[in-house]
Amino acid sequence: MDKPGDLLLDIQHLHTAFRVGDDFYDAVDDVNLTLKKDEVLAIVGESGSGKSTLATSIIGLHNPTNAKVTGDILYSDLNLVGLNEPIYNRIRGNDIGMIFQDPLAALNPLMRIGDQIAETLVYHTKLNKEDREKRVLELLDQVGIPNPPRVFRQYPHELSGGMRQRVVIAIAIACKPPIIIADEPTTALDVTIQAQILDLLKQIQKETHSGIILITHDLGVVAETADRVAVMYAGQLVETGSVYDIFQHPTHPYTRSLLRSMPQADSDDDELYVIDGVVPTLKEMQVDTCRFAKRIPWIPEEAHEAHPTMHEVGPNHFVQCTCYKHFHFRDEPESTLTAQTEG
Amino acid sequence: MWKTIIRRVLIMVPQIIILSLIVFFLAKLMPGDPFTGSGKLSPQMDLNQIQAIKKELGLLDPLPVQYFRWIGNILHGDLGMSYAYKVPVINLIAERAGNTIWLSLFSVLLTYLIAVPLGVLAGRYQGTHIDGGISFYAFAIIAIPGFVFYLLGLWLFGYQLGWFPTTGSISIAADGLLAKFFSRIYHMILPAILSSVISTTGIIQYLRSGIIDNTQEDFTRTARAKGVPERIVFDRHILRNSLLPIAAFMGNTITGLIGGSVFIENVFSYPGMGKLFIDSMNSNDYPIITSLTLLFGLMTLMGNLLSDIIMSIVDPRIRIE
Amino acid sequence: MAMIEIKNLKIHYPIRSGFFNRVTDYVYAVDGVNFDIEEGETYGLIGESGSGKSTIGKAVVGLEKPTSGQIIYKGVDITKKSNRSKIHYNKDVQMIFQDSLSSLNPKKRIRDIIAEPIRNFERMSDTEERKRVGELLDIVGMPADSMYKYPFEFSGGQRQRIGIARAVSTNPKLIVADEPVSALDLSVQAQVLNFMKQIQREYNISYLFISHDLGVVKHMCKNMAIMTRGRFVEIGTREDIYKDPLHIYTQRLLSAIPSMSPATREADLAHRKEVEHIYRDEESRYYNENGRVLDLKQISATHQVALPDSELEKLKGGLA
Repeated sequence: MDKPGDLLLDIQHLHTAFRVGDDFYDAVDDVNLTLKKDEVLAIVGESGSGKSTLATSIIGLHNPTNAKVTGDILYSDLNLVGLNEPIYNRIRGNDIGMIFQDPLAALNPLMRIGDQIAETLVYHTKLNKEDREKRVLELLDQVGIPNPPRVFRQYPHELSGGMRQRVVIAIAIACKPPIIIADEPTTALDVTIQAQILDLLKQIQKETHSGIILITHDLGVVAETADRVAVMYAGQLVETGSVYDIFQHPTHPYTRSLLRSMPQADSDDDELYVIDGVVPTLKEMQVDTCRFAKRIPWIPEEAHEAHPTMHEVGPNHFVQCTCYKHFHFRDEPESTLTAQTEG
Repeated sequence: MWKTIIRRVLIMVPQIIILSLIVFFLAKLMPGDPFTGSGKLSPQMDLNQIQAIKKELGLLDPLPVQYFRWIGNILHGDLGMSYAYKVPVINLIAERAGNTIWLSLFSVLLTYLIAVPLGVLAGRYQGTHIDGGISFYAFAIIAIPGFVFYLLGLWLFGYQLGWFPTTGSISIAADGLLAKFFSRIYHMILPAILSSVISTTGIIQYLRSGIIDNTQEDFTRTARAKGVPERIVFDRHILRNSLLPIAAFMGNTITGLIGGSVFIENVFSYPGMGKLFIDSMNSNDYPIITSLTLLFGLMTLMGNLLSDIIMSIVDPRIRIE
Repeated sequence: MAMIEIKNLKIHYPIRSGFFNRVTDYVYAVDGVNFDIEEGETYGLIGESGSGKSTIGKAVVGLEKPTSGQIIYKGVDITKKSNRSKIHYNKDVQMIFQDSLSSLNPKKRIRDIIAEPIRNFERMSDTEERKRVGELLDIVGMPADSMYKYPFEFSGGQRQRIGIARAVSTNPKLIVADEPVSALDLSVQAQVLNFMKQIQREYNISYLFISHDLGVVKHMCKNMAIMTRGRFVEIGTREDIYKDPLHIYTQRLLSAIPSMSPATREADLAHRKEVEHIYRDEESRYYNENGRVLDLKQISATHQVALPDSELEKLKGGLA
């Protein structure tokens, strides 16, 4: 799994701030991440964690009057932050394909399926109309849609949810982009359809060697598809590591709490584990301390760093703040520093 | 799509029957009878003679018989005789229908020529001074009652500035086909502009909010994520979807303008159906009133039909396979 | 005795087509289902979208008129409207909607939204009411000052929680919960599920828990039914369904759930592909020629499965 792939994206010190009234507040706060060829990088977090904002920042779709993006998003020798629109438009769709959550809303209700897929090809290829049509039929076939010529002429409302999501995927991969961003691609779908769509994504990846950024709140989807995982909380990364690190040796208190709050397959616990408090709002996020501290009030203040940084706890396994060393669940005995650093 | 349209037309049949029943019974409820002002009756006649005449004219027949005779006559193009003008109603209406129809079509054209650009500008530049100005315009027009607006326009542009004629549909002096044509247009301009300005407000609001909504839609984001240039995203994805309700509105706009002709034609003494309607009210000319009521009702139904047909053409979601 | 009994419930919608819009066929949204919910029990209804599970929920609260069949509550058939008002059914049975977004009045403050059912059935002073609304908000994980805000000021997840707070405000006997947590984040989901269990213990509330999430249903329900195409394919206890699924549809559904262990995911994928393969090959045997789910057969005291006779024979042979 740990094969060294080519670096596709290098995100450094990314901040995305939204306007609230007259001030700007960071919804994504100092994120550092990389994406390599052939890997699925999952960004996990709850609503308000900034994971979708991060994705939108990469593809540059924030409205500049309401949002400010700073830092670097390096794509080969190009910095996507602050890139001018005409050049960004050559990147979008061609180098970065995007898959959205709600496949019905993501498709224009008044356009035929074929035209919506072909639209990407119009701006990024020199294909003529006939060749575009041929390519669209190929794509429909590739994403597993039966009877492509028929679907080509249909409208979105005539397809089922699973079929629509396949169309959205076909749009995203039309130009064989090296980077695919999938924002909650299966949240609106049934489990059996979800399984098919995830398998399809992996299969496409095998053929195209693209790097996939998978944004999701569903830990099951992560465990099943991701190679690397980045956990976000309140706009910051709190833990990054391989999928094995995250599921077998979860280290940050948030990751551990999240995993514990899932209805477990084999436990008949009557009570689910609940994390204290609520996710901070945009304004509350601005403090420069461990943002998860408020949710684990039984951990002494000294356990947290004044200015939290990332700590390497294993090969390529990073955790924010020092509080993980002293963390124990409220119903567990206090752990010692040594027991936790083992990872 | 044809199926949808034909079915929609068939649905109109019961609507028309109900409309005709309402008009028929309203006519029966009105005071007076066909002899009023006809000169057939004189104070010297006794009741028996009156009854005899009524019987001869079928007025003593049961209502259903009368109704079907009335419908039969209408289908043969016989709408009765006008009391005041002493000519068949159908001739009176035919004379004026042209004026009203041309005025209305001209108004519809102007309405969309004014409203669509304004709505697009307001939606595209939401929150700017352009948007503020256009919204102010729309709200100001909504706030002024139509007849006040017409009178103000007539006073300012007709009497004070003298740019446009204040009465009639054509100048008597106009001679020759071309001169007559331009004279007609010239007479139409001011009433058409005034009535279209009134009907722009709804369209501007619809279009503005449609554009604002569609700018936030997921499919617009998908288009941007494809790398489609913003100008084309706007035209192809945002604008097209925002024009949908406007297209649906078109039938209603036409209906509204025909109804509005009652006001505008009277203010401008423009010889159309609207003026004929009010004149007939004043002289209790019932055959004309009932015929025009029926006609206006039919036009409303046609307007709705037109809206539905336009919708079924532009929106694939409501086509029936 | 069961608290509520659903007997041979059928809800069919006419399909109109052709030139004259005549009824040419029916959608068999719900086509003959039977189940009971005991007092204080959570009964799970699992199905994918379009399976008819939500339609059953609506029929139980009286929002959907059944084509035939009965729903017996306190000895009367509540599919008749007059019976519902006679026994104050609407106070006893509340619903949590899948899309609480559209079920919240945008012009009302949260306090009024949550207090509305309370005001219908109880007298409370202003202070009491404010305290109660504050408690309800706290339980669903929201600050008390949210009560002075309007629905548009909240995220989708927060609005869903407000809808839940409203449904539980009257202390109903039965709550039909249609996908109550599918829009919620994990940590909030845990809070809400715990709360649902907590008030169940306190007030002996029953739930009809409708969900597509097999993990959540497993956590919440002892008894459950798996539904597809308007009919039940399998009824049983948690152990019956999760340890010994017999219907091919249930097996496929279970195999599609992502497992939480990355170490076994290759094996899981292989297993899923295999089940999918079997499903495709054998699907026709499990449905009749019209695609209708077969009748349920009793396997054990608690376990019923819509198996074809041949499978049933095999099963009996295996047991013998």
